[in-house]
Amino acid sequence: MTNAMELYQMLPKTNCKKCGKASCMAFAVVLMARELKPEDCPPLVEEPKYKENYEKISNIFKPSENATETGLIVHEDLCFGCGNCVVACPPNVANDPHGVGSGNAPTNPNKLVLTVQDGIVKAQNLGECRRFGKNKILCNGCIVTCPVEAIEFV
Amino acid sequence: MENNYHVCTGCALLCDDIEVGSEKNKINKVFTACRIGMAHMKEGKGEAIFRVDNKSVDEATAINEAVTILRNAKKPLIFGLGASTSETQKIAIKLAKKINATLDDNSSFCLGGVVETLIKNEMKTCTLDDVRNKADVIIYWGTDPSDSHPRLLSKYSYFPRGKEKQRGWEEERTAIAVDVRKSHTAKISGNYFFQIPPKGDEEFIDAVIAGLSGKLPKTSYNYPPKKLLELANILKGAKFGVIFVGCGLIYSLESLESLSRLMKVLNEKANIHLMAMVGNYNSMGFNENLFAETGYLNSVKFENGIVKHGPEYSIVESLKAKTVDAALIVDSDPFSILPRSIVKNLQEIPVVSIDPYETLTSRHSKVYINTAISGVEAGGTATRMDRVKVSFEPVIEANRPSDEAILKKIMEAL
Repeated sequence: MTNAMELYQMLPKTNCKKCGKASCMAFAVVLMARELKPEDCPPLVEEPKYKENYEKISNIFKPSENATETGLIVHEDLCFGCGNCVVACPPNVANDPHGVGSGNAPTNPNKLVLTVQDGIVKAQNLGECRRFGKNKILCNGCIVTCPVEAIEFV
Repeated sequence: MENNYHVCTGCALLCDDIEVGSEKNKINKVFTACRIGMAHMKEGKGEAIFRVDNKSVDEATAINEAVTILRNAKKPLIFGLGASTSETQKIAIKLAKKINATLDDNSSFCLGGVVETLIKNEMKTCTLDDVRNKADVIIYWGTDPSDSHPRLLSKYSYFPRGKEKQRGWEEERTAIAVDVRKSHTAKISGNYFFQIPPKGDEEFIDAVIAGLSGKLPKTSYNYPPKKLLELANILKGAKFGVIFVGCGLIYSLESLESLSRLMKVLNEKANIHLMAMVGNYNSMGFNENLFAETGYLNSVKFENGIVKHGPEYSIVESLKAKTVDAALIVDSDPFSILPRSIVKNLQEIPVVSIDPYETLTSRHSKVYINTAISGVEAGGTATRMDRVKVSFEPVIEANRPSDEAILKKIMEAL
């Protein structure tokens, strides 16, 4: 996972304020939070000398194949549906404490991030995932509980 | 969502919170079940198959042939039943009595010894619900539930919030794995994975006992004493501990004496329970039913009303010594699970196989009767690995007869 400093290194570093932010560093921070896109920096897109850096930054933010909005990928060939991640996922527990939080079947599937269907874990309602939105954190509840490394964030 | 839950009979956990979607009497969607359960639930299909000498016949012919084989046999063997309902098991026990058969199941070469101590209440045990609600220290010893009972960690033991364990696995539970290899369960246990060499369990138990009594734990394979003392300390502090015992531990021990010694020492200092990681969904039920009937768990021979018991009546020994002359295999696949040197003797005698699935055994049988999958196409009752009785209804309508119906017909014809 990249960080704001690395992104800053690839930006023009001219503090031209065309993006609406006070400095290139500020732009890097909001870029990191995915509030703005690389295209929101006009010099980066327009000036040929930044072409290489623009491509690099775009690649970082290009959604990977099969990845969900939060970057969550389930490797379906590895997952065997033990449901550890479903029970350990903090939003799942908060939204359905007596169902999945207690190890049982979901009683409130519309608010759950992870459920097991046909023996494989499925990601849904990503708005509830702690890696989503403004106050996102790098929660790894589903990754550390997976015995086969079937869940990955990109 | 409709709360219409079904019981999964894929393994001995008997998960009772499975939802299914079906269309035209075929299950096409399974919720909450693991991959084993999903495959098991979706398997229900097709018409019944009856075969004699690998040629399709009708039901009556197949049953007649099976009856003839059993009638002509002087020393028949009935084996399997771990994946049958309790009702089927009871009929099989009656049948064994009637035809003076040797009766055995998988437990004779798996966890029979431990199960016996649990059924006779010689070791402290508890239910899986207790584990969920109270357990703070959970040990998986010689077993990999992540692969064999996938939902054991998520539904009952480690991850769920329980009544007295509201803060969950991060803060209130410790999972420990003792194994010869870094299994999937060991990966979950993280730093509390204790890797020991094969056959090292006995010494490891002694070392833990030494650690518990404040002595320096020593092993011939130089296991770091610091780690052993750490384990002993965790165990000492357990308010509600449970040890899940798998075949890995049992195969490594000469006798169960060291395990019961460990349990005794542990329970002087803490509160530790034992549970056997029974594989087949109703293996525990078979052991209980046979125990209620004869006082033994497995490896019995009925002889005109007298019950004989001993290792010589287990499937392995009786096949090795060729003391059986026909076999009725119910819901089991000895051709796949037993070593070739033993199974080749099974090839020499006529075999009747009653099974919902095509197996290696069914292909090598003289008579094969394809039955309904209990728990999916047929209802009944079963005993979970923690000895809790669970009853279940069929999920879909069966096109095939149940094991129970077939065994009843064989019984009547005899």
